[in-house]
Amino acid sequence: MNTAAVLLASDPAQVLPARQLMAFTLGSHIILVPLGVALPFITLVMHYRGLRKNDPVALLLARRWSAVMAVQFAVGIVTGTVLTFEFGLLWPKMMGRWGDVFGLGFGVEAWAFFLEAILIAIYLYGWRRLKPWTHFWLATPLPFAAVMGAFGIISANSWMNTPRGFALDAAGKPESIDVQAAVFTPMFGPEYWHFVVAMFLTAGYVVAGVYAVGWLRGRRDRYHKLGFCVPFTVAAILTPVQFFLGDNIARQLVHKQPVKFAAAEIVWKTGTHVPEYMYGRLQSDGSIKGGLKIPGLDSILAGFSLNTQVTGLTSVPASDRPTPAEATLVHWTFDTMALIGSVLILLALWYGWCWLRHRDLPKSRWFFGCAAIAGVASVVTVECGWITTEVGRQPWIVYQYMRVSDAVTPTKAASLWTMFGIVVVVYVLVFGSFLAVVLKMSRRWRLADSGLGRPQDEGPESDTPYGPRPEPAVVGPGSTAPPSGPDSGQAPGGAE
Amino acid sequence: MTADIVAWILLVAVAAYACGGGVDYGAGFWDLFAGGAERGRRPRWLIDHAMEPVWEVNNVWLIFILILMWTGFPVFFETVFSAMWLPLALAAVGLVLRGAGFALRKPTRRLAQRRIYGAVFAVSSLLTPFFLGAAVGGVASGRVTTDTTASADAWANTTSVITGLLTVAATAFLGAVYLTADARRFAAQDLVGYFRLRVWGSLVGIAVLALIGLAVTHKHTSYVYHGLTHGIGLVLVLVAVVVALVTAWLVAGRHTGWARFTSVGSVALVIAAWGFAQRPYLVPTSLTVRQAAGSARPLQWLLVVTIIAVVLVGPALVVLYRLDTSGKLVPLTDADVEGDPSRPGTSPS
Repeated sequence: MNTAAVLLASDPAQVLPARQLMAFTLGSHIILVPLGVALPFITLVMHYRGLRKNDPVALLLARRWSAVMAVQFAVGIVTGTVLTFEFGLLWPKMMGRWGDVFGLGFGVEAWAFFLEAILIAIYLYGWRRLKPWTHFWLATPLPFAAVMGAFGIISANSWMNTPRGFALDAAGKPESIDVQAAVFTPMFGPEYWHFVVAMFLTAGYVVAGVYAVGWLRGRRDRYHKLGFCVPFTVAAILTPVQFFLGDNIARQLVHKQPVKFAAAEIVWKTGTHVPEYMYGRLQSDGSIKGGLKIPGLDSILAGFSLNTQVTGLTSVPASDRPTPAEATLVHWTFDTMALIGSVLILLALWYGWCWLRHRDLPKSRWFFGCAAIAGVASVVTVECGWITTEVGRQPWIVYQYMRVSDAVTPTKAASLWTMFGIVVVVYVLVFGSFLAVVLKMSRRWRLADSGLGRPQDEGPESDTPYGPRPEPAVVGPGSTAPPSGPDSGQAPGGAE
Repeated sequence: MTADIVAWILLVAVAAYACGGGVDYGAGFWDLFAGGAERGRRPRWLIDHAMEPVWEVNNVWLIFILILMWTGFPVFFETVFSAMWLPLALAAVGLVLRGAGFALRKPTRRLAQRRIYGAVFAVSSLLTPFFLGAAVGGVASGRVTTDTTASADAWANTTSVITGLLTVAATAFLGAVYLTADARRFAAQDLVGYFRLRVWGSLVGIAVLALIGLAVTHKHTSYVYHGLTHGIGLVLVLVAVVVALVTAWLVAGRHTGWARFTSVGSVALVIAAWGFAQRPYLVPTSLTVRQAAGSARPLQWLLVVTIIAVVLVGPALVVLYRLDTSGKLVPLTDADVEGDPSRPGTSPS
């Protein structure tokens, strides 16, 4: 530990602000990623249902999700662009040395993302003037483009975890690059499927959670049922799949990044019959404070046998592994992710059971309470997963080839801290406003649905004065009361 | 050889961003100078409508540029982001504020809030291209080497500042041309005249800045300066000037639609002139294309990826712009998301 402390102290002063800034911007951006990747898919499912069954409620839901998507996608684009800049602003030496080796994944991501931006623009703005089915079919490549974009990002990230596809020349410069090997590294497969499924699952639970809240507040109409069922079904089907994939990636770590696995399970010394700790804090002398100890379980999880040897943190010098504090953080996020994943399985089973038995939603308020929390909980698991993979790689930026401290920008630490402060303020404002705007939209729709008309705070620019509108008779402000009242049983009781 | 091709692709991407993104920034520029809420209501309405379906797509070019830089020319990327740290960091913050301001203004109703979001969007529409332009100017001025760090303030000189200002003026020019054409498309006659004046104004601005630039950068005759005032660089600049003047003439008449092409053409020609003037350097005069090029295999694959991108993205982009200019893309109205009872089949019943 003392050597580690010395090494940490000798890190350039820029490392801390650069890491904090990267962690903060990535952690913020990733909240929007599940919706960015999977909301188009969920919306298209709803859209298809609306067109196929000529169901106006489904179409209304799809249109409202589009309106939310428009804002969410825009904020996602700009926060994503910041991350692209940060590769240069924070880690220029990583890109300067390795950019050509692993940059190609980003090339794939760039055109996939380009396609996504084009298609999403057509989809969001095509509702009114395109033919209904033309509009739908033009948007169907969207989920594929989104999944392709994730391919690029995960290819780059898995390369950083298990770098392959190059040899070093005498000067330490990568040469004779094998592009396929660099794109499809050992961790790519496990990481990619785990990530993609996480995105669809999280988006499903988040959207369904919104309608679960409405349901709990007594708005138990077809609108809410449909808005809940479609995304929740997607998520519930994927939850057991994700459980399997999560287990798979952990076992892959055992072989491909054993030190990261040791951090995730706070294993200090290599050995067999390794106990599993539920939470608990790793001390600098290798002892563990707190937590629930289950003897032998870690060996069983890693290789289905008590005699499985699990590599410990001390198998590498202190300077080449996460610090005890970092290991504890990785361990906590890893355990939280596994815990929430397991609880979500129970929730999905509950839903599946009721559907098979009664062809209906569970009656219990507890179910909807849990479903509402599942939205937030799945976002928490996404954050946890990301922290596990990023902090678990420390102190390496390119695993075993380049340290974070060797990649950092020469720009002064004071500049980085200033930038960090500005970015935090800007992001708090942007995300706060984003949330406020979405809530406001939802409130407006709820009022419109309940027949109360629009709220009276509209600005002068809310209605287009003139312009490209096909329908001459657009209902004016204050007169949007639907034909059926709130208690007719069929009217949508509220929006999101 | 591959490296040269990738370098030209990079230049094309820069030109595409300068044109696509430039139109967008320009719209924001005129939003900023549209006056108070009442006076600026109609121009802002047009700006919103003209920008809405395509602004995100226009900005993806920037991501493409960065990826081409670090995969094709890793050392170049490292050099630029180390030396131009401050302007690029500020541009990144500007990008966030701009995108968020624009996206959040649309669904907001309260006038006071719309003003705040609008102001954030408009101010950052001005600052972002300035800082990007200043970074380009700093590199082009020949002050940067692979060892330059942020503390050298290589961007704080007259060449950089003039380039930044020229970039802003060029975006204002592009924005005004497109808005003139859009005003005609949406049959808003008063706005045609309004933005036509601004086309001419921004051209005068560009001319003045260019003359100042010639005067102040003359003393340190840099490599790029020499390239722009001699040979093919000079020819391209002169053609760009002619094309820009044609644009000014086109917006006066009824063929404002064609003015879009000429305005974009003139900006692209200037970018091309810069590319020719800087040959064979990426960072004049210390880093050539060959020196900065990454390994051969990834470069070849980068070409493959680019071809796939052209095949896939090209048609989609054409469809988007065609749908947009034919008025097929319009935002959802309140009635659409509130279940309009006057439209059977779409209302919740």
